[in-house]
Amino acid sequence: MTTGIKKIILTAILLIAGILTITPFIWMVSASFMYDGHASVYPPRFFPDVFTLVQYEKLFSHLNILRNFFNSLFLSCVITIISLFLNSMAGYAFAKFRFSKKDKIFKFLLSSMIIPAQVTMLPLFLLLKQLHLLNTYFAIIIPGLANIFGIFLTRQYIYSIPDSLIEAARIEGASEFLIYRKIILPLSAPILTTLAIFTFLGVWNDFLWPLISLTDSSMYTLPVALANLMGEHTKDPELMMAGSVVTVIPVIIVFLALQKYYIKGIMMSGIKG
Amino acid sequence: MNAKNLKYYAFMFLAPALISIFVFFFLPVIASFLISFTDFDIYSLNHPERIRFTGFQNYSKLLNDPLFWKALGNTFLYVIVASPLSILISLIAAISLNSKLVKFKSVFRLTFFMPVVTTLVAVAIVWRFIYHPRFGILNYALGLAGIEPLDWLGDPHYALPAIIIMTVWKNFGYNMIIFIAGLQNIPDYLYEAAILDGANKFQQLRNITIPMLAPTTLFISIITMIGFFQIFAEPYVMTQGGPLNSTLSIVLYMYREGFRWWNMGYSAAIAFVLFFIIFVFTLIQFKIKRVT
Repeated sequence: MTTGIKKIILTAILLIAGILTITPFIWMVSASFMYDGHASVYPPRFFPDVFTLVQYEKLFSHLNILRNFFNSLFLSCVITIISLFLNSMAGYAFAKFRFSKKDKIFKFLLSSMIIPAQVTMLPLFLLLKQLHLLNTYFAIIIPGLANIFGIFLTRQYIYSIPDSLIEAARIEGASEFLIYRKIILPLSAPILTTLAIFTFLGVWNDFLWPLISLTDSSMYTLPVALANLMGEHTKDPELMMAGSVVTVIPVIIVFLALQKYYIKGIMMSGIKG
Repeated sequence: MNAKNLKYYAFMFLAPALISIFVFFFLPVIASFLISFTDFDIYSLNHPERIRFTGFQNYSKLLNDPLFWKALGNTFLYVIVASPLSILISLIAAISLNSKLVKFKSVFRLTFFMPVVTTLVAVAIVWRFIYHPRFGILNYALGLAGIEPLDWLGDPHYALPAIIIMTVWKNFGYNMIIFIAGLQNIPDYLYEAAILDGANKFQQLRNITIPMLAPTTLFISIITMIGFFQIFAEPYVMTQGGPLNSTLSIVLYMYREGFRWWNMGYSAAIAFVLFFIIFVFTLIQFKIKRVT
């Protein structure tokens, strides 16, 4: 086989795979611009014959999805910011400080990463119920304050920052928190960006825990609101597609804007693991 | 600054994260373990004094619960069918994208990766309509190829495969990225030496690429399997575990028992069985790695 033919075959395979991958998204966007019933026809329409925003109007005026959008956005941002601080502080301590049993504690944390989160959900639910925090933003924020993966990721990165920088700052008389703020945080900006995307998308896309801990539709995050809507609108693909578009667009924007960091982060976790 | 002082600061940096992980992760794990040995249910929710320690009763009840075995069997099907399928497709995509012959690599990479970042609930809803027996685009496309329409999510034979297809579509891009990183770490001189020895493309793949990717593949199989063991939103949104419980998963069953019927002792036991299975599987995979 000549290189030319190989090239054509390979490109053709990738092109077909690419089209298959993207088709659900194209259909989703296209059906969201159709009138009621226009997506439930045979043969299926790939493009709206009459373009309309009526489904989006329904979502925002009658179904109050803006509130759910705000919940998702607010929670994702708050958890991302808090957990970035907590994880990077702990990561810094594990990377650059000496204290007894450090390696043992770190190994213990790492090995406990295989405990599935579902195991913790019942007691967490009962605890938050006792504290009257169910169905509040705290129900989502509290379990997301810090996580072992974030500590691991920042620790690996901060480890490579030269000790001499920290020592020099200490000799200059800088306080420990100033060193963290002025040296460690700026130098770990790339890994913090990566971790920020992971966390933001993780909170935005999370389903099981919000489903359990949020009971009021005004408190729902987008995925829970969407799943709930699905129960009442099984026969309205156009409306459900508009809801899916609203849910998916922000994560696609975040991903496209910061994809370099996201993909690098995944590659890192693969090589280190 | 002296060592004692530095220890104080180390503690200050660690405390917020470690305390919150301890209180909101490790304590609940322990509590969940204890709850799994009690008859904690809806009647004791507001009367904690009624909770009784019942030993292994929840676990022995599980062994005699056909629905639990159904959920366990389905979950194993998800893991055993979907993991290799997803890993194979990721590997093929990664090797193709790593070829010097392909142009527009970043566009392809981005396209294949798109489903990974998107919200699972949203795309599960999209696929629910794609699988629609009368109006879905999948049956339409199959019809063009002369295949009779299938009731994908309504037929107990096809519902689980349908969910598997959707999850593979959703996840393969993630493993593809890790495989690409693994491929880029294989030194070129290995291939150059093989070509000098007259090895063809297939021999290169078998004797260099696959063995050199072994650590990557181990990592990928572990995270993929753990992911599929925890499958929940797909059956919840697409089939509610039906038809005839053919797509019911362990986590969906745990959710129903715990948060629909408030059988919390029983639900905690299900969660621990899941943990135990994941633990054993991870251990086995590490053992296999050590042997080979």
